[in-house]
Amino acid sequence: MSVAHDSPTSDHALLRVCNASKQFAPSLSFGDHIAVWLGQEIDQRIVHAVDGVSLTLHRGEVLGLVGESGCGKSTLGRMMAGIYPASQGNIRLDGVPVMGAGKKPLKTTTRIQMVFQDPFASLDPRVRVGETIGEGPLFHGLVNAADLKAYVTHWLETVGLPAEAADRFPHQFSGGQRQRVAIARALAMQPDVLICDEPVASLDVSIQAQIINLFLKLKHELKLTMLFISHDLGVIRHITDNIAIMYLGRIVERGPTLDVYENPKHPYTRALLDSIPRLVTEGDELVVFKAIDGELPSPLAPPPGCHFHLRCPHAQEICKTRVPDFEDQPSPPVSGHDVACHFPLG
Amino acid sequence: MSNHKQADTPLRLFWNEFRSSHIALAALVVVVLIITLAVLAPWITPQDPYELSKLVLMDARRPPGFVGSAGFIHWLGTDAQGRDILSAILYGLRVSIQISLTAGFIAFSLGATLGAVAAYFGGRIETLIMRIIDLQLSFPAILLALVLAALLGQGKWPLITALVTAQYAYFARTTHGAAATERSKDYIEAALSTPLSATRVVFRHILPNCLPPLIVVSTVQIANAIALEATLSFLGLGLPVTEPSLGMLIANGFQYMLSGRYWISIYPGLALIVLIVAINLVGDQVRDQLNPRLKR
Repeated sequence: MSVAHDSPTSDHALLRVCNASKQFAPSLSFGDHIAVWLGQEIDQRIVHAVDGVSLTLHRGEVLGLVGESGCGKSTLGRMMAGIYPASQGNIRLDGVPVMGAGKKPLKTTTRIQMVFQDPFASLDPRVRVGETIGEGPLFHGLVNAADLKAYVTHWLETVGLPAEAADRFPHQFSGGQRQRVAIARALAMQPDVLICDEPVASLDVSIQAQIINLFLKLKHELKLTMLFISHDLGVIRHITDNIAIMYLGRIVERGPTLDVYENPKHPYTRALLDSIPRLVTEGDELVVFKAIDGELPSPLAPPPGCHFHLRCPHAQEICKTRVPDFEDQPSPPVSGHDVACHFPLG
Repeated sequence: MSNHKQADTPLRLFWNEFRSSHIALAALVVVVLIITLAVLAPWITPQDPYELSKLVLMDARRPPGFVGSAGFIHWLGTDAQGRDILSAILYGLRVSIQISLTAGFIAFSLGATLGAVAAYFGGRIETLIMRIIDLQLSFPAILLALVLAALLGQGKWPLITALVTAQYAYFARTTHGAAATERSKDYIEAALSTPLSATRVVFRHILPNCLPPLIVVSTVQIANAIALEATLSFLGLGLPVTEPSLGMLIANGFQYMLSGRYWISIYPGLALIVLIVAINLVGDQVRDQLNPRLKR
């Protein structure tokens, strides 16, 4: 696997996420609006889902985004796919913002497409598969009505489905086949970037392998640039060039996949890698895998300083007050592997 | 993906389950029969009750079974103008059904669109639309319809306007609830990330998925529209006297009830009740089948 950072185009990022944050606030009711207007202060429960994330995706790169449930990785993926606007910061594709401006911005590009986790929810149950795949390209003029059928057939075959599938409804397919349809829908828009939000997490293990092989095939054939979101470190290792580790809304470590797996620098990455359940025996004794102590803090009230300090075995005073930065590192990062930690490992 | 699944389309499964309920099936047969008779009224009735020159005053207020001067049997008797009640009922049903279905269709389209638009856009648009609808629902439908019918005068379209105004809010509220659920589903986010236009998302993706609850509301509201139309006509706010609907037939015979000439009012009333009950029975069955909590 080649590392995109070393490729000739490395100075030119295709997709650049710059200091992007996302907060979710429950919308105020009519009564709340009146209360605010009358000078009442409302105690709003704001969820800090994504907190100052910067990422770059280079052409042809497959970037893995790893983290626990609830760490904000799906939200970040949806921001990059143009579904949620960023509260602060910006996301640009070739220097152009992914979403328009205004109070309710809309996605402005078709060059980023998304594959969702649950193929039972991401396909409209009342629309035939052929229309699901063809409506976007037809709407955006990628294909005219006369060629639509052949176009849909082409993409169905690309993902390994027969042409007759176009006339069927989603409920007539299995989970794996549905995910193939969802991938075909995304690919039919001829995207430069594909955002995959846990695309195999809701599938059976045997089907997972098929879909991952499909992604590997597409990656080579179509030279796709992908963001692959997952909590499954085994899957990530198999498919990605680089990974970014996310913890409670922030990226804590990023670098070439193998380098990060072999030589994790952030205590959280180390803990995450140690927590992969495996059946290893030393002598006659079963080695019990280490779980990370404690739970993910609430994104409603994230802790000050480093978000991980509550669970970190190496935490000191500075960790409780000062947010570690990628620039803080004493030595310059080797081959793009860097970490946001006051006391990086090894 | 094999061919035998072709036979198990959701519609066919739905029909099979519907058929297993004898009451609902009988009710459906009654509804279809009444609508067919009403549609065919001009060709199957012995007399055109709206053709005043054909009415013979000598035949007025005759009991059921009377053989009139035109030579045919008045199976359900005649009214004060010598009109054949059976013919008048079929013509009246025709008018009632025509007006109720038209009003129901317009109310459905208007209400469903408003509800889906409110749910899709959210924010101020949603607040504005839904508060107006809440405000309107706080008045009884009959009151609104009465005021409008009185303001707009007699005739088909004023009556339809009154019915639509009284009923669209129910469709809008039902759609809004269903659409708000659909709005948060992944396939809508997928449509947003394509991206597709708001019009296409609302009309091709959100609305078709809101259909099941809307079908249930439709059956209830069509039955309500028929009753409401009859009420307005009974009160003299509906159609002109020359084109009597069921409500007006009942009103016309009302004064003869105590003198023993029950048939002028009772039979149109019975026809109205049978139609409304039958539609409601069909609607109940559809509602039970579409409610996942009642699935056996």
